[in-house]
Amino acid sequence: MFNPSIHLLNKEIREKNFKNALSMITFFLFLPALGIIFWLFIKGSPVLTMDFLTQDPIKGMTAGGIFPTIIGTFWLVIISVLVSCPLGVIAAIYLSEYAKDGKLTRIIRLAILNLAGVPSIVHALFGLGAFVLFMKMGTSILAASFTLAVMNLPVIITSTLESLKAVPQSYREASWNVGASKLQTIRYIVLPNSIPGILTGVVFAVGRSAGETAAILFTGVAFYLPFLPKTVFDQCMALSMHLFTISTQVVGVPEAYPYATALVLILLILSVNSIAVVLRTYFRTKRKW
Amino acid sequence: MENKITQSAPVSMEWRHKKSTKPTSEKIVEFIIKAGGLSSIFLILAILFFILKESAPFLIDRFEFKEFFMSTEWYPASVVKVRYGILALLIGTLLVTVISMLIAVPLGLACAFYISEFCHPQLREIYKILIEFLAAIPSVVWGFIAIMMINPLIIYSFNVPIGLNILNASIILALMSLPLIVSVGEDALRAVPETYREAAEGMGATKWEVATRVLLPAAKNGLMAAALLGVGRALGETMAVLMATGHSIQIPESIFDPGRTLTATIAAELGESPKGGEHYQALFAIGLVLFILSFVVNLTADYLIRGKKK
Amino acid sequence: MRAAILLIFIFMSCSKQNDVLIIQNKGSDTLVNLAQAWAEEYKKVQPKVAIAVSGGGSGTGIAALINGTVDIANSSRAMKDEERADALKNNGKEVNEFVVGMDALAVFVHPANPLTGLTIEEVACIYGEGGKCTHWSDIRGTIVPGCQGNKIIRVSRQSNSGTYQYFREAILGKKRDLKLGSMDLNGSRESIDLVEKTPCAIGYSGMGYLSKNVRSLCIAKTSDAKCIFPNLETAMDKSYPISRELYMYTSGEPSQEVKIYMEWTQSEEAKKITINSGYVPAPKR
Repeated sequence: MFNPSIHLLNKEIREKNFKNALSMITFFLFLPALGIIFWLFIKGSPVLTMDFLTQDPIKGMTAGGIFPTIIGTFWLVIISVLVSCPLGVIAAIYLSEYAKDGKLTRIIRLAILNLAGVPSIVHALFGLGAFVLFMKMGTSILAASFTLAVMNLPVIITSTLESLKAVPQSYREASWNVGASKLQTIRYIVLPNSIPGILTGVVFAVGRSAGETAAILFTGVAFYLPFLPKTVFDQCMALSMHLFTISTQVVGVPEAYPYATALVLILLILSVNSIAVVLRTYFRTKRKW
Repeated sequence: MENKITQSAPVSMEWRHKKSTKPTSEKIVEFIIKAGGLSSIFLILAILFFILKESAPFLIDRFEFKEFFMSTEWYPASVVKVRYGILALLIGTLLVTVISMLIAVPLGLACAFYISEFCHPQLREIYKILIEFLAAIPSVVWGFIAIMMINPLIIYSFNVPIGLNILNASIILALMSLPLIVSVGEDALRAVPETYREAAEGMGATKWEVATRVLLPAAKNGLMAAALLGVGRALGETMAVLMATGHSIQIPESIFDPGRTLTATIAAELGESPKGGEHYQALFAIGLVLFILSFVVNLTADYLIRGKKK
Repeated sequence: MRAAILLIFIFMSCSKQNDVLIIQNKGSDTLVNLAQAWAEEYKKVQPKVAIAVSGGGSGTGIAALINGTVDIANSSRAMKDEERADALKNNGKEVNEFVVGMDALAVFVHPANPLTGLTIEEVACIYGEGGKCTHWSDIRGTIVPGCQGNKIIRVSRQSNSGTYQYFREAILGKKRDLKLGSMDLNGSRESIDLVEKTPCAIGYSGMGYLSKNVRSLCIAKTSDAKCIFPNLETAMDKSYPISRELYMYTSGEPSQEVKIYMEWTQSEEAKKITINSGYVPAPKR
């Protein structure tokens, strides 16, 4: 005989088990994220002092600090954003305001998707072939930043596009109706309203470039430099590369050093990303439409 | 908001009369915008062009299909006979990708289900921030974690001689591609109309039934795309696998054997190969293989996502 | 605002230095640690001269010298004749060779390994292509405690590094390759770390790098010859079979500043750094 109560009970139990299993899986997947930071912090904190951040590496990079690597990372990140941000925003404006739904738009979208999916080491090969050799930039901050800029372009295009599309069509129409040209509408209505979204994308791109290693390996980073870069044609040291060298190549580095370097790198990226998250939430709550 | 419109209005009144003939400055700007719009096409072609350009002499003079793809002997600096066989590297890449996806896809999709269907909205926000955080950890730090943390863990728990092996790299890659799989998977699930769920629940279906019989089929393409994007990520990862695989040219007999991937080979060897030399060109040829692989994976993922929307 | 940020960090990076002459120094990853230590010390000796050191390998350094983009190329192998010819053709100048130090490649194992020494032939049997030694028991029936299966895990370096090429030549001569399937690690630190944790493993690296947790083996040229441990003396008098010279190259007669630097590298002060960095000072010419 069919017994509805038992059937329901089984169902309920199964339902609960299902939910609990999923929540456990999720919880345990995110445990490592917190665990890693905690572990890096414990291992690295003994050497993580102000001196570590502000001094040059000394004694064959087995002592001292990581100051030049932080400066180098700043150079790379800022130059690359200066390149990719205008280009990315322009490309997104085209896609959102000018492009019609056609074959060309479809191809552009595919190109962006593939650009985002190209392995970073292939970007490095491209940077080496195009910027270092063909455009004769040499291994320099400029070449490395350009390579990073190409890598980050899809991130900036996608996030800008999203925020441009979020501006209600009625705003544009209102502007057109009072006689503003398309360009003026973009300049005075669409862009100001999407700045927060664009900024968020840019900040995420900054975080990504700061941690990238493969793309700058052959294009502009030096093992050790006794001076700080002065122009974009100099080479520089970088935090991510430094972590790689001291954890695989340099013998005699105290155990805590690579941990502290990794911690600085993660904290740097994390703080940059937090800015993005805060920006995003702030503007989301402010947005009226 | 309204302020801005009224502010710009007087300016636009001026243009109204000249609407048919755009001023040159405006034309120039619009030209720049259109050119900028094409930049990504230009860049993807440029990448292909430069990789082809640098590898061309190798592809024309030296390349033999059979040796390149069927031989495991990668001897670019041999004193006896230089050989360029990437089979072992290709298998290494495929192995770590497949195994990492075997770990990451089920877990990631379970995660996506939980976050999208069961999770309390506030907890969901916390998880989303955690996902972003996990996605932000750079690959060189993952590599460092592989050497310092996963390596001893594997030695200890499986009682094997070395912890830098296929399994290590797969675990690291799984952790790295999880955020992508979870967030794309969650998007796919949320794109399933609420009415589907309501209809199913209205008929007395449990969450489990809703998940397996309604959501899974409805979001199938999106979920597959999530998995494929994870594959793309794992395929192209460089620094982490360079540090985690043990970097050994051989076809691994088990997941506890070290191996080597295509990406890691380029990263490790390009620095020391003189520019324009045969070895250097062969490494660019590997880059070409990677480019094509990632191209295929991304196109398939896009096709699946687009298919869903239709 | 963006400009302001840019200005701030340009200012930050400029404020720390004044005009200096930069000597570009590039090449061998073996030499890079030493070159870096020298560069660091030289900053104190000659504040007006800065030496920019980058690695990338002997081949890269030599290629850069041929292209005229560096002042000094570091190399852990001697320049080949065709490379010399290329440099002459490109720059119109003969290259100038300086032996700046010596390096002994130590073959090392886990402390639990009972072996004290190997012959060159045995090393070749382990590392060489076609070599049949896959288990420790193939070497005089050795059994390594803590090593499962007694299998030899070979630790090596990427095949185009100067270290790898020198090791190959010293062990196998010019007509044989190393066996595939070794773990080709990225640097000395990784090699040593791995052998430290792995009873089955064997590796090689510059002797100065060795830590207390790995044990270097003595090497005998033949089974009758005396087994010799790598150290300062045996490397300098070349009785240790796997020791080599380290070179720096300049294009033509070096400029005044480069010359002064090259002379300084042979000073007592620099030699102290050489020894501290784990290398052997160059023998007097």
